[in-house]
Amino acid sequence: MIISSRFFNRSELIGFVALAAVLFLILPLTLDVFRLNLVAKYLTYAFVAVGLVLCWGYGGILSLGQGVFFGLGGYCMAMFLKLEASSVENTKIQSTPGIPDFMDWNQITSLPLFWQPFHSLSLTILAIILVPGLFALIIGTAMFKRRVGGTYFAIITQAVAAILTILIVGQQGYTGGINGMTDLRTLKGWDIRPDHAKVILYFVEVVLLFACIGIAQFIRLTKLGRILVAMREQEDRVRFSGYSVANFKIFAFCMSAIFAAIGGAMFALNVGFMSPSFVGIVPSIEMVIYTAVGGRTSIFGAVWGALLVNFAKTSLSESFPQLWLFGLGALFIAVVLAFPNGLSGLWADYVQPRIDRLLPSRKAKSGAWVDNSVADGAPAE
Amino acid sequence: MFGDYSLGDLGSIFVMQGFAGLILFSVYVLMALGLAIIFGQMGVINMAHGEFMILGAYVTWMTSNFFQSYLPSLFSGYFFLAMILAFVASGALGMLVEWVLIRHLYKRPLDTLLATWGLSLILQQAYRSVFGAREVGVELPQWMLGSLHVTESIEVPINGVFVMCLTLLITLGVAYVMYKSRWGRQVRAVVQNRIMAGAVGINTEKVDRYTFGLGCGIAGVAGSAFTMIGSTGPTSGQLYIVDTFLVVVFGGAASLLGTIASAFSISQTQSTLEFFLSGSMAKVLTLLAVVGILMLRPQGLFALKVRK
Repeated sequence: MIISSRFFNRSELIGFVALAAVLFLILPLTLDVFRLNLVAKYLTYAFVAVGLVLCWGYGGILSLGQGVFFGLGGYCMAMFLKLEASSVENTKIQSTPGIPDFMDWNQITSLPLFWQPFHSLSLTILAIILVPGLFALIIGTAMFKRRVGGTYFAIITQAVAAILTILIVGQQGYTGGINGMTDLRTLKGWDIRPDHAKVILYFVEVVLLFACIGIAQFIRLTKLGRILVAMREQEDRVRFSGYSVANFKIFAFCMSAIFAAIGGAMFALNVGFMSPSFVGIVPSIEMVIYTAVGGRTSIFGAVWGALLVNFAKTSLSESFPQLWLFGLGALFIAVVLAFPNGLSGLWADYVQPRIDRLLPSRKAKSGAWVDNSVADGAPAE
Repeated sequence: MFGDYSLGDLGSIFVMQGFAGLILFSVYVLMALGLAIIFGQMGVINMAHGEFMILGAYVTWMTSNFFQSYLPSLFSGYFFLAMILAFVASGALGMLVEWVLIRHLYKRPLDTLLATWGLSLILQQAYRSVFGAREVGVELPQWMLGSLHVTESIEVPINGVFVMCLTLLITLGVAYVMYKSRWGRQVRAVVQNRIMAGAVGINTEKVDRYTFGLGCGIAGVAGSAFTMIGSTGPTSGQLYIVDTFLVVVFGGAASLLGTIASAFSISQTQSTLEFFLSGSMAKVLTLLAVVGILMLRPQGLFALKVRK
């Protein structure tokens, strides 16, 4: 099989250009800062969704605990920002100045040991990548090496999400409890709250998102990506061919965890707080629906899915709060029953053929674009 | 941490906490039984299981209100009728859901999970729209209130004893249906080999539908029993769903005995720890232990030896 020599094939190039145009030009030019900040919040979930494409769409591993990694990344970032916001001058009125306010309220008099590394920005960035990565490595190794997969894995990741939420809520003095970490102000002295900072943060986030998309696309095109797809379709055959299925699964799971963590860190920066309500079971499953709506094997689709579902959520729950849960529930059912390939499947079925007809075909045979799950293994002739 | 209590006190504490654990155990068993049938036997992940349970709880609540206003003389016995109604309502809804949704997804277990999660969101919002967002409590008949004094320092609530007896009866009933009746044999045959079961003349689609209905019906009874020890809100079901799945997985998915054993160990661990630690830490430690053991022994406590 010849793996496509170009990084994007034609339809992916269209997808890439369209997404880049919307995120870099159209949205920043047309939206006010408040709405742009909302988009930035939605895009933090796009990181998770792209990770899920790798892990679930390609690897076939459904993780219902992505909120855990989103939360770990977010909390790492929030801890750094919180420490900076709780400098001795800012917290003079506390009984112990220099520690975060919620610690003071909970009669903790010195900074706990695991908070110490978060004085340094470089250590924090390292932690954002490493903590969720290692955590995923441990869970993944324990599960996949023993050939636990499928539904069992989903249930156990869900239990992990439940455990982490209960832990964060319960250990109020160390984590801020149910309220989370609020009142985050500056990053290395640079105020993250005013409008111009929000715009800069938005662009930083979009650049990071495209970096993640690039990594995901690179993985997809290499032999590794092929093996992931093969594993999803026929796990035993891949194993009998001499590949270590467990290691590939662990890799995909860790990558998706790291993507989710980057999203979480950007969430803390853009939204200005972090709380356990983004960690638990409910948000974790909602993150899966973004990927499912976008199309579980489409990297760009995942970004659109995250944007559209969140946009619908905001506008519906603003005007018809009752309808939102009905709508979300129906969306889950519809995506599973009627559109298993999500938006990208619809695009491939209805829009793409028209574009193909308009554009002259470079190759004699058309059909090199296919991105749905069946033809996934053989996109090039 | 034991220093402040005398030996006798400690004994009483363990008995009382053990009894609280037994009540938790009963609820876990009732919820997990339905799930063990649906997940363990059919391999369907029903994330809406908690909502079927809550449906049973609301049916019980409505029955209790009905008896209070129209048949106050029979109020002391309303609970038995309520349980039957809860079973029928949840079971019927379960069969409907199986027909509309689940039967299309038997080959895609992960997708079932997402679809039933969507169903659970819809049901939650429906409960909220119909019954309101506030939690409702059922008024218990006189004979269920109060507690039995076993010794001077030990007393056990009567409703807890009742729930336990109920659990025992239902468990025996399920065991009988699954292992002794003709229909149970058919269910087990379909689980073991669907194609062969079909070939020998079992209507597998019908068996699937009734199995799913039975599982949901038992969830309804669990919800009915649940009203006696706690109040019911639209999202109460969601709180229990992960615990219940862990109970079933921990016990070994296809084994009813394993489900009971794991429900027992999880509930006892949790309620004993709860006395010495905060509630949240007890829960965290229990769940961590379960997840840890599952990592070492993924097939659960009681694994069926099946050649695959």
